[in-house]
Amino acid sequence: MHSAINTAGPRAHEIAELMTLFTAVCAVVYLIVIGVLIWALLRKRARARLASEAEREIADRKARHVITWATALTVLILITLGLSDFFVQRSLFTPPKDPLRVLITGHQYWWEIEYDHPDPSQRLRTANELHIPTGKPVELVLTSRDVIHSFWLPSISGKKDLIPGRVNTEVLIADKPGLYTGQCAEFCGLQHAKMRLVLHADSPEDFEKWRQQQLQPGREPATDTERRGRTVFTSTSCVLCHSVQGTDASATVGPDLTHIASRGTIAAGTLPNTPDNLAAWILAPHRMKPGVQMPATPLPPDDLGALTKYLASLQ
Amino acid sequence: MSTVQLQDKRALEAVWADPPGFMGWLKTVDHKRIARRYFVTALVFFALAGLLALVMRLQLARADNTLVGPDLYNQLFSLHGSAMMFLFAVPIMQAAGIFLVPLMVGTRNIAFARLNAFSYWIYLFGGLLIFVAFVLNIGPEAGWFAYVPLSGPQYSAGKRTDIWAQMITFTEAASLIVAIELVVTAFRLRAPGMLLRRIPLLVWSQVVTSFMVIFAMPAVMLASSFLISDRLVSTQFYNPAEGGDALLWQHLFWFFGHPEVYIIFIPALGMVSEIIATFAARPAFGYLALVLSLAVTGFFAFGLWVHHMFVTGLPPAGMSFFTAASLVISIPTGVQIFCWIATLATGGAIRFTTPLMFVVGFFFIFIIGGLTGVMLASVSLDSQVHDSYFVVAHFHYVLIGGAVFPLFGGFYYWFPKLTGKRLSERAGKWNFWLFFIGFNLTFFPMHILGLEGMTRRVYTYGADTGWTPLNLLATIGSAIIAVSVIVFVVNVILSLRRGAPAGANPWNGTTLEWGTSSPPPSYGFADLIYVGSRQPLKITPLAYVTGLPTRMRTSLATTLADARPDHITPDPNPSIWPLVTALAVTVLFIGSIFTPWALIWGSVPVTIALIGWFWPTEKQARDLQACEVKPEEGRAPRLVEIGP
Amino acid sequence: MSLRCPEVTLAVLLFAALAGCHREERRFSESLPASTPLDSVVQSDIRPGGTPLPHQPDFIYETNAYAVSQGKQLYEWFNCKGCHADGGGAIGPALMDDQWIYGDSPQNLYATIVEGRPNGMPSFGGKIPPQQIWQIVAYVRSLAGQVRKDVDTSRADHLFTRKSEQSMASTEPRASSPPPQPQ
Repeated sequence: MHSAINTAGPRAHEIAELMTLFTAVCAVVYLIVIGVLIWALLRKRARARLASEAEREIADRKARHVITWATALTVLILITLGLSDFFVQRSLFTPPKDPLRVLITGHQYWWEIEYDHPDPSQRLRTANELHIPTGKPVELVLTSRDVIHSFWLPSISGKKDLIPGRVNTEVLIADKPGLYTGQCAEFCGLQHAKMRLVLHADSPEDFEKWRQQQLQPGREPATDTERRGRTVFTSTSCVLCHSVQGTDASATVGPDLTHIASRGTIAAGTLPNTPDNLAAWILAPHRMKPGVQMPATPLPPDDLGALTKYLASLQ
Repeated sequence: MSTVQLQDKRALEAVWADPPGFMGWLKTVDHKRIARRYFVTALVFFALAGLLALVMRLQLARADNTLVGPDLYNQLFSLHGSAMMFLFAVPIMQAAGIFLVPLMVGTRNIAFARLNAFSYWIYLFGGLLIFVAFVLNIGPEAGWFAYVPLSGPQYSAGKRTDIWAQMITFTEAASLIVAIELVVTAFRLRAPGMLLRRIPLLVWSQVVTSFMVIFAMPAVMLASSFLISDRLVSTQFYNPAEGGDALLWQHLFWFFGHPEVYIIFIPALGMVSEIIATFAARPAFGYLALVLSLAVTGFFAFGLWVHHMFVTGLPPAGMSFFTAASLVISIPTGVQIFCWIATLATGGAIRFTTPLMFVVGFFFIFIIGGLTGVMLASVSLDSQVHDSYFVVAHFHYVLIGGAVFPLFGGFYYWFPKLTGKRLSERAGKWNFWLFFIGFNLTFFPMHILGLEGMTRRVYTYGADTGWTPLNLLATIGSAIIAVSVIVFVVNVILSLRRGAPAGANPWNGTTLEWGTSSPPPSYGFADLIYVGSRQPLKITPLAYVTGLPTRMRTSLATTLADARPDHITPDPNPSIWPLVTALAVTVLFIGSIFTPWALIWGSVPVTIALIGWFWPTEKQARDLQACEVKPEEGRAPRLVEIGP
Repeated sequence: MSLRCPEVTLAVLLFAALAGCHREERRFSESLPASTPLDSVVQSDIRPGGTPLPHQPDFIYETNAYAVSQGKQLYEWFNCKGCHADGGGAIGPALMDDQWIYGDSPQNLYATIVEGRPNGMPSFGGKIPPQQIWQIVAYVRSLAGQVRKDVDTSRADHLFTRKSEQSMASTEPRASSPPPQPQ
């Protein structure tokens, strides 16, 4: 769900209601103005009478009256719209009480997500897919590692830019559980179009379950193939950019893969997380996303299969 | 108009005509010929930029389309935006000013005529630079507003962004020059008696626009110069790690960028006033309100720019100021709309010619754009639709509806004056309806696409988003727009060849340009008249101007407020120096894309060219002497009254 | 020969403009140049027949601005800075100067990165994919001024540590033996 009209959170609700008010007022204004225009264009009968100078004076005076009242009405309408916007803005900019804090860093072309916590052992890192509990405000702390990006989940709230050298905040509150999507909303380079965002709004219990699972280190491989896959992971190029908690891989250049199998999508929300897609992505990412920073990793088929199995085991 | 003729037309032609042949074409300083060049060049850029848009629409017609990859798509939308804004919209509105303002104020040539020629060459070379660069794969790739750090040295490899930034320098220099000329022409070269309250509304719109250009263009030149210098010589203007700021670019750019769209829009408002007045057969209602609205809009336009930055995390109290300003600016525009409707309502029989149809189309389309603009003024609403297709819809509604429709109306209206031929009314109606329908089909669905989450500048989208049907509709609409433009071009070409010859005043207009032949002779007006009212052609002139030197080009300078004859100034003769200087400046600008040393050694040819341009000649000294007012010798401009 | 000379700059300009096609390409799957077999890596300047280093053929990565800029990004991501700093050298030798212990040709640099070298240069073979190694090679050559000025990268968006590659003087590569001592 990714619509600013079909909303799923109180903040997006408020904005959608304001949008309805503005649209209704503007539509009425438009119809009136166009109606008067058409009337002015088509009125024929009265024309003959406007030939004389005196009659022209009277018509001009009437027109001056109408225009003055119309301008006054315009000012009144604008004040009303301005005030209603002011109240919504005040509500949206009020900082939430006791929010869940999530630090989001934009990269070309993926989202680095870290759930903040005063206790460092309770901080968890993930990428591209965000989970939040319903009904609770979540404060996003936004910055960027490279160029300007913009975080936008239309069904949940308005957007906010991620600007290098600045820290911005945005608040999310989801009404009910569901899957919501968005994508980067500030042109950030070759794969701006495919820098997607996935939000899972979970019930508070589900969220806690997810959080506890994510805090675990990477699952130990159970079969030989998975073990071989882990060896491939830590001995080839994967380890230079990615991390899996519990192994030696701890690079932060690319997304954290500790629980990659728990995500529904890969490649920043653009591909369903299936073994085939994973294998194709590893072999040649530029086929699906030309210009992406992840290089092609030519692996022999056995190694690739083992690697995919290992990654699929990282629940 | 009276048929009294005081001046010998042949003598005037001998003085004012350009030398024959290609050299004459290169050396001309005639504002009408230069305006024609501007029109043709700008329309070519319009067509090219439109073709780029067509390719984009073809790519977006289907989900996951593979017609165009991300690199080419980024170049397509960057060049489409840059060409439309910098190479079409502003230059063509200024071209209308270059052609019409001298004629409407009753003078023979624009002020600083050689500078006018120079501005055209600079504009042409800048436009050629960016399009040739595109063909060579060095086209701009960071969007028409090129936010840093994406357009900065680290994330935009190669010379693409440098060429884009330098193109801006070219085109903004040309715009600034024309703005200065227009202000001086409108303020000091008006026909005697053309008091401020008798100045035509189109001239007022050009004056307001020109002042806006003078204040806005330096901001973008500064921004782009900082960018070039960051990329070329490692300055740190936009580097947060060294004390710079990525938002500095946005502030500088939008301080220019917002007035820029009003620079494009306000001249169109002047055209609307003139066209409505003519076809409703009465002077525009509310002259003072219309002029003040133009001025207030132009002034307030400088206080809105932060509404482009509502989601960058600026303090809410500050942003509220810009919300209020963005709401308030719709009031003067509203006043103008009411005045125009009043004009239509209280005029004589309305003639539904093609120019008026385009103006009516302006009302239908622009008002929608203005109202979505009111929505965008709200920070909360903007936080949803900023950088989505909703904004794309909004700005096309205000730019195409608010500027291009009146521009087309203006073409149909002034084409007879420009070329001496009439455009076909039948083809004009087809042109209008195809454009109107195609435009709405293309851009109205984009409002919905934006609200459904489709962001700008995406080279493709997934089938699971559900955006395909509306995108397909938009692509079909864009094809219809293309057909309407083809109809226009065919209309122009055929009318030039076989169109009905137009008389001096085919529409029964009341402003001064209709008082001379179509097209005007090289000297503009046979006789310079004294202007006694706002509709100078409706009454027989009370007086003519005599006493001007006849064997050289001169202009009569009048005082600012009450247009009394003040002094005679010599007008420049055709000269090759503007072209030579423009070539030298081009070498300097293009060189400085690649090395800062170009600024040093590139200045040498520019200095030489300027010396050639300004070298005082014997002839100039004699001309200045001939212009001196010496009543005792009978050399003084004076008004000769014509009897009843 | 520096850019202060107008004729040279003019020639560079013309060439740069016309070479725009290749310089500006963004190639995402690159053809890989042939890499060097081990026995042709230059390790000493004692050589029969004199000391000039063999002439190298055109290296397509170093005429491509996107490749060089990617190389610069990878130089940071893969922590080349940890030993070579921003080109000035620390534990590892400087890359910005004209001293090349194991040869300056792209093939030599590729071999160095893939195989590793004594005194601490790790072997990245099998870890960094070949295309990315070639991009890093192109960037390293630009650090030493071996890449054309219009292809060179400019300053990065971080702390300003040295002149940008674009403003560095080109150097004539010289073989260096024995390897310089760690600082």
